Amino acid sequence: MNASMFSALAPILILSLTAVVLMAQASIKRDQAIASMITGVGFVLALFAAHYARDFAQPVTILLQVDHWSLFFTSLIIISSFVTLILSLETFSPEGERKEEYYLLLVLSVLGAVVLIQSSHMVSLLLGMELMGVALYAMIAFPEKGELPLEGAIKYLVLSACASAMLLYGFALIYAATGSLSYLGIGARAAEAYVQNPMLIMAGSAMVLAGIGFKLSVAPFHMWTPDVYEGAPTPVTGFLATVSKGAVFVALTRFYIDGNLHQYSGLNTALVVLAIASMLIGNWLALRQENIKRLLAYSSIAHFGYLLVVLIALSYMDDQLVSQSITFYLTAYLVTTLAAFAVVSTIAGEDVKRQDISAFEGLFWYRPLEASALTIAMLSLAGIPLTAGFMAKFFVITVGIQSDLWVLLGVLVLGSAVGIYYYLRVIFAMSKSSQGGEQTANKLEKILAVALIVSVLLLGSWPQPFIAYAGGL
Amino acid sequence: MIMINLIGILLIGGLLAMISERFDDKMPRKVAMAVVLTDLLYLLMCLSGMPEITQLQAPLANDPSTWLMHFKSDWIPAFGISIELALDGISLLMVLLTLVLGAIAISASWTDIVVRKGFFEANLLWSLAGVLGVFMALDLLLFFLFWEVMLIPMYFMIAIWGHENRGYAAMKFFIFTQASGLLMLISVLALVAINHSNTGVWSFSYFDLLNTQMAEQTAHWIMLGFFVAFVVKLPGFPFHTWLPDAHTQAPTAGSVILAGILLKTGAYGLIRFAVPLFPEAALNFSYPAMLLGAAGVVYGAVLAFGQTDFKRLIAYSSVSHMGFVLLGIYAWNELALQGAVMQMVAHGFSTAALFMIAGSLQERLHTRDMRQMSGLWQQMPRMGAVAMFFVVASLGLPGLGNFVAEFLVLLGLFKVNAWITVIAATGLITGAAYSLLLMQRSFQGEVNKKWADHGLIDFGSREMLTMAVMMIALIVLGIYPQPVLDTAHPVLQSLLELTTEPVNTVAEVVR
Repeated sequence: MNASMFSALAPILILSLTAVVLMAQASIKRDQAIASMITGVGFVLALFAAHYARDFAQPVTILLQVDHWSLFFTSLIIISSFVTLILSLETFSPEGERKEEYYLLLVLSVLGAVVLIQSSHMVSLLLGMELMGVALYAMIAFPEKGELPLEGAIKYLVLSACASAMLLYGFALIYAATGSLSYLGIGARAAEAYVQNPMLIMAGSAMVLAGIGFKLSVAPFHMWTPDVYEGAPTPVTGFLATVSKGAVFVALTRFYIDGNLHQYSGLNTALVVLAIASMLIGNWLALRQENIKRLLAYSSIAHFGYLLVVLIALSYMDDQLVSQSITFYLTAYLVTTLAAFAVVSTIAGEDVKRQDISAFEGLFWYRPLEASALTIAMLSLAGIPLTAGFMAKFFVITVGIQSDLWVLLGVLVLGSAVGIYYYLRVIFAMSKSSQGGEQTANKLEKILAVALIVSVLLLGSWPQPFIAYAGGL
Repeated sequence: MIMINLIGILLIGGLLAMISERFDDKMPRKVAMAVVLTDLLYLLMCLSGMPEITQLQAPLANDPSTWLMHFKSDWIPAFGISIELALDGISLLMVLLTLVLGAIAISASWTDIVVRKGFFEANLLWSLAGVLGVFMALDLLLFFLFWEVMLIPMYFMIAIWGHENRGYAAMKFFIFTQASGLLMLISVLALVAINHSNTGVWSFSYFDLLNTQMAEQTAHWIMLGFFVAFVVKLPGFPFHTWLPDAHTQAPTAGSVILAGILLKTGAYGLIRFAVPLFPEAALNFSYPAMLLGAAGVVYGAVLAFGQTDFKRLIAYSSVSHMGFVLLGIYAWNELALQGAVMQMVAHGFSTAALFMIAGSLQERLHTRDMRQMSGLWQQMPRMGAVAMFFVVASLGLPGLGNFVAEFLVLLGLFKVNAWITVIAATGLITGAAYSLLLMQRSFQGEVNKKWADHGLIDFGSREMLTMAVMMIALIVLGIYPQPVLDTAHPVLQSLLELTTEPVNTVAEVVR
């Protein structure tokens, strides 16, 4: 380790420091305002650090790979976490309860996500994933008096533990076959090892895929998603949907590319099955949902199905356009999903009844700003032009066509067609005329929702700068 | 820039209309009307400074400088996507039709819309802007964008101000067009990818993509993606099922725009993109396409005959009339194409008028059920007479625009396939049957006691003025169609040349 390596690690170091400061603060004076302030400052500093670290991009030990691509996602994750923080302020404000630990958990979880994004080794992959996950269990169950959060947290805890076990066993098998734990090491010996031990490689990578598939909630590992989404406090759901899933997907992409896993046709077939199942099941089950958070849960399953199409295309084309597509898609998905959750959080708060789609009736007429924001978020998720979601789909289809993945594209069309129905249902409910009560909305959250929506529209209507930037990562 | 301004005026006008509601409840419709008329005047003024369109050389499909107007500016250079708009004879006809019918639609909404007027007029103007974009965009992605985005205001118009079953109708309309739109997107991207692998350049420009060389099989599939998207919108049998619902449930102004303009985007797409981009594949497919067209003509007519709902009957008659357009396009000779273009214009006026009459009836009687109407002529003679005019126009009375259109289509089609012509011609007879039935059931016969003491109000001066515009248009089209034919002629000529050019047979085409 030398000085420039420490500079490269700046975001991680700052986040760790923030966690330590938070712990110290809780022991001196318990105060929620100070805790949230420290967290906010920590995130902002970490964001600057991520920018600063760009000049020191390099592999840091064998465990972490700090490069522009991972630093971009680090920044994105930190921004998403900042949004989560602002949404949490409202949610966890009731007086008389001690909520400082929530911020500590948030910072730890973000730290895990950043490690995960920069990991280039199975150990750091596991470390990051566990740090992120363990903090998340507690965040989901944080409103300790609720039944739904507790149910969600336990479900997530038990299944997550199973997934981690699978993952670990998968690592062991791959290690046995290739003799290496680092992605590049695996990649270098991948072809050779496959000839010697096809069963070990296949079983190992299948288990890794199952473990990661669980975290991404792709079908058929999606069972936990709707319950956890519904049970968790809305900001935490947003965090889970964006930061957690985004970080895991970035890690998977790197593992897949560096580990040369795309040359295994068996693994590719498995991914095809997962993608098709996710697109169909996610869109299909979303049709019947009444709760908007459950609806978004199923929609995210479908979206990761679309994303997998890009990953599958890796076997057929060079990784330049593929990684560009993944960058664009993930960014679009993160921004849109955050926007959706920001609006849901402002409108419905933590009241389960108010999260029903039917509770959104007439929203256009008594809260036009929020309704327009949610409409644009829904249109973006549905992939209508001029929104970020459309450009994302544009990338997926372009990549799919260039790789001749016609079956997957057919399923994508089918899934998207089904998807339009439930996204429109939300919009339709809001456009109904009904007299709803006026509610005072938090100013900060309103500004946030508008800012996110503007970025969704900008990404969709003027994507050139971002495409150029993503191409250079 | 003129074309950007045309769209921009409508977009900004929509915002103005929405804001104006704050000052006065009655402002939005006036603002909207002013905006559309300004747009129309602006276009006419710009045209007057240009050489007579019929004097122009034929706009070469592959040379934008020969077009009436052309505008290009980078948008997403990473993929060769640009903001490229161009105008030739056919687009010009469609743009004019859009603006005129737009004004008529606003007139139709004058008293029809009672709540959230500002937002309604804004949606109306925005959907017009989207349609203009469709008729002018020549970058395929930009075209797709307008194609999809124009649906959103239309969706709101049906979903918010529609009739009793609006949610279902709006949803069905949106899903049908979106799903087929996705197929088109895949086709567009596939075409661009092929062009990319042939030339190494990303481009979505129509002018670059014409004459893209590809294997026959590939061309066939890509062409089908376009075909389905356009035929759903047209709508052609068997993709028409969204139409009766959407048209029936939409508010009057919405129906006018749907039937008068939106359906034409499908036909326009077939003429502009589906055939020229894949001449061989499309013309190999002409037999099934013509069969679908003939089936639409007959099927639409038969179903129209069985309707009791005034608007639904007109909706099915649209299916029948648009069948002629499909026939005309796939016969692909000058006569038939002229007929198709003529039909697009004439049908726009006749159906818009009929929908306005249906809307007026609904406003007065609060029902669209023809079994409850009878002898309305007695009480509303002006409306009755106007309805009679448009009914006979719609059934193809010689001397009016629709006759010229259908006659030309049949004439051109006869040279290509006599049997299909015979089938399609029966549509004229059934057309007469359902049209007269409509008239008989609602306006003629004994006076229904139910309405006797209702004091039904006849058409006023605003309505009569609107109707007069459409009547004059149809009469002019019927008696002196030459200007329309002349405007379309050079474009059709160049398209026909494009498709008869000996296409290089490529022995080996890279995917």
